[in-house]
Amino acid sequence: MAGLIAYGAYVPYHRLARTDVAAVLGTKAGKGTRAVAGYDEDTTSMAVEAARGALALDGLRPRIGQLFLATAAPAYLDKTNATAVHAALGLDEHVLAADMAGSVRSGLGALVTAARSPVPTLVVLSDLRTGLPGSADETAGGDGAAAFAFGGHRNGAPVIAELLAHDTVSDEILERWRLPGSPTSRVWEERFAEEIYVTLAGKALGAALDQAGLDIGAIDHFVVSGLHARACATVRRTAGVRPEAVTPDLTGAIGNGGTAQPGLLLADVLDRARPGETIALVVLGDGAGVLLLRTTEALTTHRGARPVAAQIAAGSAPVPYATYLSWRGLLDREPPRRPDPEPPYAPPAHRRGGWKYGFVASRCEKCGTRHLPPDRVCVSCRSVDAMTDEPMEHVRGTVATFTVDRLAHTPSPPMLVVVVDYDGGGRFRCQLTDATEADAVIGARVEMTFRRTVTASGVHNYFWKARPVRTGDTDRTEETHG
Amino acid sequence: MSSHGIRDRVAIVGMGCTTFGEHWTRSADDLLIDAVGEAVTSAGITLDDIDAFWLGTQASGVSGLTLSRPLHLQYKPVTRLENMCATGSEALRNACYAVASGAYDVAMAVGVEKLKDSGMSGLSGTTMPGAGDDSRGEITAPANFSLLAPAYAAKYGLSEEELKDVITRIAWKNHVNGARNPRAQYRKEVPLERIRSAPIVAGMLGVFDCSGVSDGSAAAIVVRAEDAYKYTDRPIFVKALSFVAGPADGLLDPEYDFTTFPEVVASAQEAYRQAGVTDPRAEIALAEVHDCFTPTELVLMEDLGFSERGQAWKDVTSGAFDLDGSLPVNPDGGLKAFGHPIGASGLRMMFEAWLQLRGEAPPERTVRTLAEGRSLALTHNLGGGPGECVSFVSVVGNQLTD
Repeated sequence: MAGLIAYGAYVPYHRLARTDVAAVLGTKAGKGTRAVAGYDEDTTSMAVEAARGALALDGLRPRIGQLFLATAAPAYLDKTNATAVHAALGLDEHVLAADMAGSVRSGLGALVTAARSPVPTLVVLSDLRTGLPGSADETAGGDGAAAFAFGGHRNGAPVIAELLAHDTVSDEILERWRLPGSPTSRVWEERFAEEIYVTLAGKALGAALDQAGLDIGAIDHFVVSGLHARACATVRRTAGVRPEAVTPDLTGAIGNGGTAQPGLLLADVLDRARPGETIALVVLGDGAGVLLLRTTEALTTHRGARPVAAQIAAGSAPVPYATYLSWRGLLDREPPRRPDPEPPYAPPAHRRGGWKYGFVASRCEKCGTRHLPPDRVCVSCRSVDAMTDEPMEHVRGTVATFTVDRLAHTPSPPMLVVVVDYDGGGRFRCQLTDATEADAVIGARVEMTFRRTVTASGVHNYFWKARPVRTGDTDRTEETHG
Repeated sequence: MSSHGIRDRVAIVGMGCTTFGEHWTRSADDLLIDAVGEAVTSAGITLDDIDAFWLGTQASGVSGLTLSRPLHLQYKPVTRLENMCATGSEALRNACYAVASGAYDVAMAVGVEKLKDSGMSGLSGTTMPGAGDDSRGEITAPANFSLLAPAYAAKYGLSEEELKDVITRIAWKNHVNGARNPRAQYRKEVPLERIRSAPIVAGMLGVFDCSGVSDGSAAAIVVRAEDAYKYTDRPIFVKALSFVAGPADGLLDPEYDFTTFPEVVASAQEAYRQAGVTDPRAEIALAEVHDCFTPTELVLMEDLGFSERGQAWKDVTSGAFDLDGSLPVNPDGGLKAFGHPIGASGLRMMFEAWLQLRGEAPPERTVRTLAEGRSLALTHNLGGGPGECVSFVSVVGNQLTD
């Protein structure tokens, strides 16, 4: 039986307190926080982090046959964003990588496509939700990503949740829309679509249950996702599932992740579900879609590397609203008196893709010395062209020395810089992110994360940074690769 | 293979140096013309007497035309070169070797940089990113050198507060010296507390821990040692010229601990060998060192053999390197107070050695070590940063060795 073989979620470190928005703008105070992508994150970098979490176990990456990136906030148009994810994951060049970008519903489309596909498929749902200052979309939105790999027994990977059934209903409906180039959506009067969505959800859910030969009472986890909060609430309340099966929607802590929301909610359920339980994932937006899954015994040993709840718990103290606005480009601040940052040059970025995107260093075959970045001549024994690739993205390290650069060009000054000595050898100087100055100390433990370092001349520069290893992280990568 | 050195084979017989600072009304051309003019006047010659030129600049011009055009040099060889912040010293080294080889009788080394026109803080020279894939990221010069501070403090058991006191004193000392130098960019003493509490730029470094961003030019005229007295009664003789480009492995190799510049150690040892110096702390009368940032000067005291490892901070604190100390360091104010126009700095250092060894430094900053019988000066110039740099060390003296 085909089904889900891996999943992972990524909730960015930063939070914005809704009370802070209200305090600055003089509006009615909301409750809770929303997740905020850092100044150095976008839907592509978050997709990489989610996919890394999904594919942390050894042997999974080579099994992936195709990759789809779904987002309503693509980092690039025309140029494929999934290829950057593909490069960062070091997938084989014959693996199809394509975007499903533009609409929030592309997340459902990618999930269903992956679930139906005969080829083991990785889908990543990633979104960055923005609204005008003070808008409901700003405070209710959230940023994040989730990744799912569908495959089957023939592929040699254990299925952690069988796909029992799925159904989709499509409906052309002017309920939420955004013109290309516009930073924010517009929505129709809320009550118009509520009844439509409730009806569509009922159709899709009924069809899926019929296919699976299940009664609605058999659902153990009922996940409802969509940007129409009122419709989602009504579906949760009226669908007829057991009340205890209705899962929390996490919006109070991290906001609504748009395209990523069904993924984040499903990942959260998979983090907690026991074997043999039935999960119904309902997605509302330009129609409705339902996936019915049943967890297997393999789930307990193949959960995502970082539970959603742990990532929510590990979130930062709220960033000031002004900081959030400047990160989003909604508040133009005085740049440092320094030359503008330069974009990467296309040919060297291409020929050094293994390093730049994959963080693949080299190790000398003669004396074993690691080189970051990869060198042709060994720094120790000076052998020439006797190097083998050495993937480093999963290797943790220790800070040898550090500085706080208050003059450097960065979208969020000051720039934290650390010299990292990696476990097992090798050294690299890089930025420290998701951190404060207190985190930059000699001896601090760090791990690597894929980021958008800067956008210059209309080019996003992606590269790896260090971030603090935080207590409570259950990073399976260390066990499997260590 | 061996390095032979050119001890006592060439002499400097003329020098010029502009004031360093914010020359809003003067271009790089103007600065070159002024420094070159002062140098030829001091040697009692004209430009026609100079056979070949080496011009150092990092970002203020390309090719020999940068010098030949403003001076309208008449079909002479002019080489433009660059070796980061050691560019000025590199121009001098090449000019000296050209004369020592016998290829030319009279050579000139010139350095120039115009930094203030850019409107930027610190260096603004644009270069291709090292890898071109922009994966190394930008780190500013103060941030780069500030990496030394926490590493030094951790290794030798100083608290950050204690180390801050040490580097503050280095800045204070160099401002005291610069206040006695009419050509320096900053000519005021600055109280310790003002230095210590200045706005932070990077890491532990405040604005007073950083060298001055400035415009300036300096020049030297080099001849064979045996011809020196034809030009001046008080030539200075080149005892050693030592330059190394490091393997740049400090940012790759966890063995490097950010409390030393191995390149400086290597170039200093070679310079002492060429010059026959065995106890630099006792034999050198004054040292002009590359104090681009205050922690750099601290570490250099150990790398140049002036202090034992882990002890330089005590020597700094006790005043050993003050103007009236046992080994005055940066008596002209250093990069800190004199300013740091990249291509000119190495030659500016030599200019102070020239003044001091000829007894021409103003009395208020003349080092007493000369009166005590020492006759050697050292200049040290580096480019790059901790872990990957180039380093130059010269030793010059006012007497020929018997």
